[in-house]
Amino acid sequence: MAEQLLNVQNLVVSVADEDKEILHGVNLTINRGETHVLMGPNGAGKSTLGSTLMGDPRYKINDGKISFEGQDITELSADKISKLGMFISFQNPVEIPGITLSNFIRTSIENKTGEHIRLWDFKKELTKTMEILNMDPSYADRDLNVGFSGGEKKKAEILQLLMLKPSLAILDETDSGLDVDAVRTVSKGVEEYKKSVGGALIVITHSTRILEALDIDQTHVLVSGNIVAEGDGSIVDDINENGFEKYINQ
Amino acid sequence: MAKEKTEVKDIDRSKYDFRYSEDDAFKLNEGLTPEIVAQISKEKNDPEWMAEFRQKSLELYNKMDIPDWGPSIEGLDMDHILTYVRPKDNKMQKDWKDVPRDIKDTFEKLGIPKAERESLAGVGAQYDSELVYHNVKKEVAEQGVIYSDVESALRGPYADLIKKHFMKLITPNDHKFAALHGAVWSGGSFVYVPPGVHVEIPLQSYFRLNAAGAGQFEHTLIIVEEGAYLHFIEGCSAPKYNVANLHAGAVELYVGKNATLRYSTIENWSKNMYNLNTKRAKVEEGGKIEWISGSFGSHVSYLYPMSVLNGEGARSEFTGVTFAGKGQNLDTGCKVLHNAPHTSSYVNTRSISKDGGVSTFRSSVVMTKNAKGSKSSTSCQSLMVDNISRSDTIPAMDIRVADADVGHEAKIGRISDEVVFYLMSRGMSEDDARALIVRGFADNVGKELPLEYAVEMNNLIGLEMKGAIG
Repeated sequence: MAEQLLNVQNLVVSVADEDKEILHGVNLTINRGETHVLMGPNGAGKSTLGSTLMGDPRYKINDGKISFEGQDITELSADKISKLGMFISFQNPVEIPGITLSNFIRTSIENKTGEHIRLWDFKKELTKTMEILNMDPSYADRDLNVGFSGGEKKKAEILQLLMLKPSLAILDETDSGLDVDAVRTVSKGVEEYKKSVGGALIVITHSTRILEALDIDQTHVLVSGNIVAEGDGSIVDDINENGFEKYINQ
Repeated sequence: MAKEKTEVKDIDRSKYDFRYSEDDAFKLNEGLTPEIVAQISKEKNDPEWMAEFRQKSLELYNKMDIPDWGPSIEGLDMDHILTYVRPKDNKMQKDWKDVPRDIKDTFEKLGIPKAERESLAGVGAQYDSELVYHNVKKEVAEQGVIYSDVESALRGPYADLIKKHFMKLITPNDHKFAALHGAVWSGGSFVYVPPGVHVEIPLQSYFRLNAAGAGQFEHTLIIVEEGAYLHFIEGCSAPKYNVANLHAGAVELYVGKNATLRYSTIENWSKNMYNLNTKRAKVEEGGKIEWISGSFGSHVSYLYPMSVLNGEGARSEFTGVTFAGKGQNLDTGCKVLHNAPHTSSYVNTRSISKDGGVSTFRSSVVMTKNAKGSKSSTSCQSLMVDNISRSDTIPAMDIRVADADVGHEAKIGRISDEVVFYLMSRGMSEDDARALIVRGFADNVGKELPLEYAVEMNNLIGLEMKGAIG
């Protein structure tokens, strides 16, 4: 029997400072180690769902419940959810001057585990992981995302994913805006995560390129704040061929 | 979503907030009269020209109005400011052992003797109105560098040089507080660097105001001759009292042909201080002035160091950071006068306001018709940590020459929720995330500070980051 990792019940969400409701009662269950795909047209609420799971204070939960790793996280802040083992790779990673990528990752790991890690061990693992992602080692000592290209920012997100080893990773359009080579590199990083960490995935995407190398357990189609269809990986192929039209017109 | 209330820590000023009894101090009466000014002259054994200069300055002071364009200084009652306070039996010492114990303790707590041993070429320490300690390393003295208090210099071999330069760059006519300074100035530093001499490690003067309700009016006069180099550091602090204190110092810097002077200040006055300080540098052909300015303390500040670029190719760089917390109104910035061809100025500032603090960046760039082919670039950024704080930018430009390149860029922003969320999603607490953002914001400026000051600045911003961050 598969062990349940994430359970979302009847989640109703609006933008914190407005009345505008975005999600109208979403249900979602993810077992440990599974790979789920969340698809849907622009503005369906995919990113809102991802950010809300992670505890983004810009969204307000009006109803429903989120459980993760056996705990009710509906009211928890993002740092606490992160420490329980959730991770999100952002669609547009922000630039943060004043801390290097390397120091940021080390601090994040130490925040999560509450233990000091030896600089030597850390550097070794970081260098190895950056090699997998074809990242120039000099990026480790640059301020977090500052002046990084779109591709390097996404790679830096996957680097954090591999270093932090979460039990659930949400990839929010990690493949968008990338060229073919960069998508391949990022996909390689995601495969590495599945292989070495064995964590669960929620892949939010418009396209299917990033999914090619993944075994999909379940696909969810989100339209206008409601999940309108669920099924296996074949839905991905269907959408790839025919678009969202039939789901929108349901 | 759970909302936890958090805040960026205010500057921890507790390490500055200790004081000693003033029972041992010799004070002149409060207020400003010709008699009090004459008494200061007598105390200091002023040369005749200086005694006259003081009286003339006082006359000007009485005629001038207080500025009506900046933060309010209504809380400052000039009739009750102590203009002159010195430790009894004061004698300036060359060895910390000989400095009276309370005063020595004060400077020990501020870390001055330690810094002197480790990283400075010379130190001057002023306590209220008079210097209590002055020393310069032998190697530096042997290069012909003079570093002393202004009073002894007035009676020594450099007397004529002082007379020639004293309050010529900042004259008592400039504004009311420059006139006040001319009348009651006391203490400060005189530095002379001979032609071609590079002073490899910095000199530092530290000004400490201990007496309640007092004013500090130190005068700094620095002459860096042709081709010479000097880094001078100025530090200031005071304990907190319930009555207003006043700082109206004057800093006059003469930078010779192809010479460079770097002038760093970390000002951390207590929050009852009115900081009405005037600083000005005159730069000759090919010379360069570098201002590094950190304004963290005081209740009200008016501070705009000015560079007069007077020779062809003269340059000015200004790097500043201002942090205004609760009850603070800090009006800071800089002025540049381009008065020769191919001069250049570069201004880069950051200001942070929180807890209802007000921070205003005010700048003035003037290019005369002599300033052909000159360049000026200003970049000022402000960060408001919450919704009750305020930040303004008031740039002024007066360009009288066609062939010039002038740029100004200003950004005012708040801490972005998106950035806070990004950091929190990696396990960082909201406090730490906000502190990191503030520190990162001031980082460009922090990098320009001497290491121990950069560390101090980070501590000042109260960034108690866990682990090995940064």
